[in-house]
Amino acid sequence: MPSSVMPMSKLGDGRQSPTALAATGLRKSYGDKTVLDGIDLNIPAGSVFALLGPNGAGKTTAVKILSTLITADGGRAEVAGHDLAADAQAVRAAIGVTGQFSAVDGLITGEENMLLMADLHHLSKREGRRVAAELLERFDLTEAAKKPAATYSGGMRRRLDIAMTLVGSPRIIFLDEPTTGLDPRSRHSMWGIIRELVTGGVTVFLTTQYLEEADELADRIAVLHDGRIAAEGSAEELKRIVPGGHVRLRFTDPAAYRSAASALHGATRDDDALALQLPSDGSQRALRSVLDRLDSAGIEADELTVHTPDLDDVFFALTGGTDIPHQPNQPEETVR
Amino acid sequence: MSSLSLAVRDSSTMLRRNLLHARRYPSLTLNLLLTPVMLLLLFVYVFGDTMSAGIGGGAADRSEYLAYIVPGILLLTIGGTTIGSAVSVATDMTEGIIARFRTMAIHRGSVLIGHVVGSVLQCVMSVVLVGAVAVAIGFRSTDATVLEWILAVGLLTLVSLALTWIAVGMGLSSPNAEAASNSAMPLMVLPLLSSAFVPVDAMPGWFRPIAEYQPFTPAIETLRGLLLGTEIGHNGWLAVAWCVGLAVLGYVWSRSLFDRDPK
Repeated sequence: MPSSVMPMSKLGDGRQSPTALAATGLRKSYGDKTVLDGIDLNIPAGSVFALLGPNGAGKTTAVKILSTLITADGGRAEVAGHDLAADAQAVRAAIGVTGQFSAVDGLITGEENMLLMADLHHLSKREGRRVAAELLERFDLTEAAKKPAATYSGGMRRRLDIAMTLVGSPRIIFLDEPTTGLDPRSRHSMWGIIRELVTGGVTVFLTTQYLEEADELADRIAVLHDGRIAAEGSAEELKRIVPGGHVRLRFTDPAAYRSAASALHGATRDDDALALQLPSDGSQRALRSVLDRLDSAGIEADELTVHTPDLDDVFFALTGGTDIPHQPNQPEETVR
Repeated sequence: MSSLSLAVRDSSTMLRRNLLHARRYPSLTLNLLLTPVMLLLLFVYVFGDTMSAGIGGGAADRSEYLAYIVPGILLLTIGGTTIGSAVSVATDMTEGIIARFRTMAIHRGSVLIGHVVGSVLQCVMSVVLVGAVAVAIGFRSTDATVLEWILAVGLLTLVSLALTWIAVGMGLSSPNAEAASNSAMPLMVLPLLSSAFVPVDAMPGWFRPIAEYQPFTPAIETLRGLLLGTEIGHNGWLAVAWCVGLAVLGYVWSRSLFDRDPK
């Protein structure tokens, strides 16, 4: 299919939308280590894009380049319609960045951090105070506003960080691993925040190591592997590549294990662990059918776990597992 | 907004941030003040009798020695305060907020200019505090005119500016606060190796060039001349040349370090 005319990109539902970010052939290496080996991106305005990959895949490097923090060795990119290399300052005026490591000033209070941002965005004193108070309120930081940011919990720091990013009303927001290191409650509140940003028409570029997170938030996901985009698509499209979903049943009674193995056709047997593994998409219907078959045979499993596709599975599927280092040969090791 | 007014506005925002840090966490600045005050008291009250015998042909007393070392102590105060600047720049650069500043449409140099102006103000304040201690223990300027006082303040400010830019470069080139404090050590050690405590003539011959051809000695001699009426000679121009040279060098060095891609 021929690609659409440049400044427009295709949304999932077929509508056309202006492009917020377009990159071709971005490269970056440090010494002889290639971190980004030519990546292409095209992100429609008003969408959430997730760059998914494990530690060291180059996600942060991509964010650093696209947010003008560092320069690429090759390739070109346009962010908010401005060329990254030629007009970095115009790009900066359109973006907001919340990096992986909190970009708040820990020595001053949350409120002072907000007012600092307001000053740097050249808001009037009054306007600055209003925006600061409003955002502190919105991110549930009013109570802590007069305390030094260094005393904040991880979740509070992250919220302050995003609040600071929003002071200049950026059109494109980069969030580098926004939930890494957060407890589950803070993670969910962060997801809520990100969803809210998008309803305001902002474009969000986020990086994550968690498929679940990309799944929850992103319209489109690109999987970064070895400095290249290994796959790109919606969460559904990506999951289709991944065969990894299964149900695992474990038994303590060998007799129950044997009868279960004969009752459930197509199960993979693990005789040592007394466990059976059945391919499954993890849906309610699929689980009920497994349970029904066990019930009708009068067998009760001691443990049932549902395994849904995760990033590992995506990676095995996309890379054929070639990136997993070979285990050293144990006997040889001990002989030597 | 023109680029100049942008620079002024953003730099003053950054200055406010640095002054807020200094006001809220004054311990670093105050700790650095201890050394010059301690040296002043040590040299005057402990070594004073012996030291004063060495100047003025043996006829000088302790108060004359006090007058002799105050200019050096004041410049040492500046050196010490700028070590603090190197440390706070190095610490600041490890903070995520600097990365945020780099991705904002603000004047690029404002982060550094804020540090420099803040540091110069701190130097002046430290000089005033240490100077007050000196006055309290009996230091008096002999017959300095208003013009000489103005020139003295100007010289101290110029030295502060020059040493601060060097210190900022040292801070930027250091990976952490400890390294910054080590690399900025010469700013405190050099005044000890100058004419601050004893005249260069009284030093061993092999050492004299070291004391003579370093930036602190001409600055100290100039300040001494302005406050106490001793001979300034070519030291005035030498001091100004050193300061301008160091300031330009420090500025160019710092800007090139700051404009590099961060790691």
